[in-house]
Amino acid sequence: MTLSTKPNPAGAGAPARSGAAATDRNASAFSTFVRAREIPVASALVVLVVITAVINSQFLNPQGVKDLLLNATILIIMAAGQSLVIITRNVDLSVGSVLGLVAFGTGSLFNAFPNIPIVVVFLIGMVFGAVLGGINGLLVTAAKVPALVITLGTLYIFRGVLNAWAGGTQYFAGDRPVSFSDLSTETVIGFPIITLIAVFVVVAVAIFMHAVRSGRDLYAIGSDPDAALLFGIPVSRRVLYAFVANGVLTGLAGVLYASRFNSVGATTGDGLELNVVAAAVVGGVAIAGGSGTVYGAAIGALLLTTITSALTAVRVDKFWQQAIVGLLILASIIVDRVASIRRARKLRVSEARDV
Amino acid sequence: MKLFHSSTGKRLSTGRRVASVAALATTVALIATGCAGGGSSSDSSSGGSGGGDAKTIAFLPKQLNNPYTDVVLGGGKKGADAIGYTSSVVGPLEASASSQVTFINTLTQQGTNVIVIAANDPDAVGPALQEARDAGAKVVAFDSDTAPQYRDVFVSQVVSKDVALIQLKQMSEQIGGVGDIAILSATANATNQNGWISDMKAELASNPAYKGINLVTTVYGDDDDTKSFQETQGLISAYPNLKGIISPTTVGIAAAARYLSTSDSKGKIVLTGLGLPNEMRAFVKDGTVKEFALWDPAQLGEVAAYAGQALEDGTITGAEGDKFTAGDLGEKTVGADQTIIVGPPTEFTADNIDQYDF
Repeated sequence: MTLSTKPNPAGAGAPARSGAAATDRNASAFSTFVRAREIPVASALVVLVVITAVINSQFLNPQGVKDLLLNATILIIMAAGQSLVIITRNVDLSVGSVLGLVAFGTGSLFNAFPNIPIVVVFLIGMVFGAVLGGINGLLVTAAKVPALVITLGTLYIFRGVLNAWAGGTQYFAGDRPVSFSDLSTETVIGFPIITLIAVFVVVAVAIFMHAVRSGRDLYAIGSDPDAALLFGIPVSRRVLYAFVANGVLTGLAGVLYASRFNSVGATTGDGLELNVVAAAVVGGVAIAGGSGTVYGAAIGALLLTTITSALTAVRVDKFWQQAIVGLLILASIIVDRVASIRRARKLRVSEARDV
Repeated sequence: MKLFHSSTGKRLSTGRRVASVAALATTVALIATGCAGGGSSSDSSSGGSGGGDAKTIAFLPKQLNNPYTDVVLGGGKKGADAIGYTSSVVGPLEASASSQVTFINTLTQQGTNVIVIAANDPDAVGPALQEARDAGAKVVAFDSDTAPQYRDVFVSQVVSKDVALIQLKQMSEQIGGVGDIAILSATANATNQNGWISDMKAELASNPAYKGINLVTTVYGDDDDTKSFQETQGLISAYPNLKGIISPTTVGIAAAARYLSTSDSKGKIVLTGLGLPNEMRAFVKDGTVKEFALWDPAQLGEVAAYAGQALEDGTITGAEGDKFTAGDLGEKTVGADQTIIVGPPTEFTADNIDQYDF
């Protein structure tokens, strides 16, 4: 009855025609499993890691694994937040600037109050992120202008504010407490502490999206905003909260950025938004909204950062690396499109039969 | 495209359509202010104090909001004040090849007397600079040169070759003259970086003392902290026998030092290059980096300002052997290729780093 007892994809191809109810259930569970958007991404990740490790044995030494996880951590958190917004058929392009503001704010806090408790810094960073996310959410829901345009605007506004605030000032890792930097170097059973934070975030958000009513509402809104409104879902409020939640997570990522990297300044996080959206899309979150999962986005983030490290480890030219990431994005969108066309055709066929 | 249809497209009432247009217009205006705020921030012009007759000098660095650039510009401002010119700083927020052109065009239209530029690309800025000179401006390149035909003089920190040699010498001493090394540079087309790198390659090939050293690759961190950090990681994983990394850029060496100080490679991989003492202090003290080099960046800006004045008032024309006085820094001479040298490089170690604050 487990999935592994049904490895034959042919069985999955014909669930509707099958007579026996039990087989039907098995087959459809299996077909759901194979059709899940996360599977191709996760498989690609495994294949990538195995091939790279075969070519370069250094790739999976303890330091290598630690680096892979650390590189992905910040992107995982941001992709999880971004997927909340994208699922509602919106997008937040300002996250790179938000991360920059929070990271620089973190540096400033430690500079002004060297003995400030680290927990307080995390809280301030997340509240700061929530405020910035709230600005985006309010503009999007109140003005009814597409989020793409609004957040493109706030991307530049937030960056402009950061440029004015920071000027040429940079804060360095040496200015921050050692225990704060340790968060991104110390490990618990092989996992860096900040990676464990990211895993916790992904699990929490995934449970919310799967099991909590307001989480399910986000999918309904993304699938058809008009229908969601008629159905009585408070669309504006939900979308606003999605932006705020994304802001909180981006704020968390900003604090972690200051822990991980040496300097925070005016250019911190510049251009990061595109990596974040790419991670979510590669992880199977449909850019048109209504489908995708948080853990898919997290796997997408892990894949994107791992592919860069893997290609470097096998000495592929850096310029090819970007092209390969681009191919991945196109491939995942095509897979997504083909899947939805097939689903639509199947629905038409079964409806025709019922008549 | 579906992103554009998030609201109820067909049934949009006139009132809401007006609201949407208004909101869109507001957003565009906000974007515009965002850009403007970013593009011209840290403008340090002295606000019309000269009463209109003062000559103008504009500094156009590779990138604003870069700590090294700030020190250079601080020196430039000091020099400009000393010669009584009205100074301003304009420049892009990212160090890309073409981003400086629009700033040069604006300066030309304003009739700026002296343009001091650190080129992100030696040729991309050429035509714009040519127009500026045709309009009467004097062009001083500093820090990173343009192609020679586009400027009057080039103010160089140090003899380019000395910078390359000192970094190699520091590396060779620490790895005992044998082993694989790599270079972590800034952008792939930065003139100064590429000059030093080719000098290092030539020296490695010709100097028998370095015959045991093998330069395996050059990677580019684009003067971006995160990218440089990950390029360092990549170098170490791709070249397991790597003994040392030379990073002739302040952003690169600091990012590489941060990675090394938090990884197993701390103390095993030698890091040298060009760094700012304030950024590198922690890494010198914790043993990640033993020594690195740089010049005094403030003097670079100061000499550039004096050179601009000397060109403007006709003291020098850029011919070899021309002399001018750069305030307290003494007499400077124009050398071959219209190049003016500021001074010798300084080596920083745990013993002397606390004497410097920039």
